[in-house]
Amino acid sequence: MAHITIDGQIVPFEAGQTVMEAAMAAGVYIPHLCHHPDFTPHGSCRQCTVTLKNGWNITACTARAAEGQEISNNTEELNLVRKRLTQMLFVEGNHFCPACEKTGNCQLQGVAYHLNMMSNHYPQFYALRDLDATHPDILLDRNRCIFCNLCVRASHAEGKDVFAIAGRGINKHLVVNSESGKLIDSELTADDRAANICPTGALLVKGKAFQAPIGQRLYDHHDIDEITLGGRHGG
Amino acid sequence: MAAKLKLATTSLAGCFGCHMSFLDIDERIMQLVELVEFDRSPLTDIKNCSPCDIGLIEGGVCNADNVHVLREFRNNCRILVAVGACAINGGLPAMRNSIPLEDCLRESYVNCIGIENPQIPNDPELPLLLNQVHPIHEVVRIDYSLPGCPPSADVFWKFLTDLIEGHEPSLDYDLVYYD
Ligand code: SF4
Ligand code: SF4
Ligand code: FES
Repeated sequence: MAHITIDGQIVPFEAGQTVMEAAMAAGVYIPHLCHHPDFTPHGSCRQCTVTLKNGWNITACTARAAEGQEISNNTEELNLVRKRLTQMLFVEGNHFCPACEKTGNCQLQGVAYHLNMMSNHYPQFYALRDLDATHPDILLDRNRCIFCNLCVRASHAEGKDVFAIAGRGINKHLVVNSESGKLIDSELTADDRAANICPTGALLVKGKAFQAPIGQRLYDHHDIDEITLGGRHGG
Repeated sequence: MAAKLKLATTSLAGCFGCHMSFLDIDERIMQLVELVEFDRSPLTDIKNCSPCDIGLIEGGVCNADNVHVLREFRNNCRILVAVGACAINGGLPAMRNSIPLEDCLRESYVNCIGIENPQIPNDPELPLLLNQVHPIHEVVRIDYSLPGCPPSADVFWKFLTDLIEGHEPSLDYDLVYYD
């Protein structure tokens, strides 16, 4: 069978598979935030950056596996790059974990813990971002959005197209497809995939927070590599 | 026996929760005082920092006095440590950053329900508030950060004992969390 290697380990792949898909199937964890096995790759978070033997960096979620590729993944250098990217996500939004309903079950936190991220390193942006609590069953707190595009892709797949990302730089934000721009006037319902897929605490179905006590939450004692390869995640 | 390390601590825009958590090392504090000498700290009530090995800073900076104290610590401490969520990213006090300062003060001291004699405090003794709350690494260089709200007693213990023993401090997965 055709194969690539990741950090020296032989990883078989089927024609058409991405490096990420082949790695996941072989039980090799490549950090990721915008990748989800059920949706078209988006390639925006760059968390899954890996290095080819010729020194080129590729994103494992968008690049197809090709016979004989020799890939570096879990290296000190790449993990430092990933940590810096994660720190940028933390300072770009407003992530006050102690006050967040997703804390303990948040993939952004999970990746940060995996990378042993101890500080935010960069100056905080303190961007002004709106919160939308108009929907009776769903909360949108844009302060915690990392623009992974998963809600956009999920809502598109279920034919509702409730979300899109608009604006640039510090003004980039998630917009809601409704006359008022508010969730309450959109077609989103709590059982939509789009309402349940957010890797962070930006989109939350109400009434579900803080159910697992501290110590029993997803990432309290289990590294995200273990959780992800076990088929679970915080989304 | 080697000279004791000198340790200073302070709380800036924090809630003293990190200090309380530090005290949760319980009886291990008896071991600690054998190894370190406390300098400026709410635990000693010493008011100014003299040259120290380690400075632990809880809280971000929200007023002019916080900036002053933080600089005093940086000038005196060989190793300066950001302790807890507020020191690291401003924490809950920084949630006021999206609201104009004047609106915050009006809401707290003038418009709030049940206020008697409404007025915005203006005593010259009071340190002036900054427009926004900031993490401490935006003001001075920081050598280490200990995340957590608060970091647990075990985090303090592991970090300090690593430093005292001359190791590069490191925290295992179970000791790193942001809440
Ligand atoms: S979304 Fe995740 S990282 Fe952001 S505040 Fe909530 S728990 Fe923390
Ligand atoms: S709301 Fe959540 S799922 Fe949607 S783009 Fe933001 S982080 Fe991603
Ligand atoms: S997971 Fe590949 S770029 Fe986000």
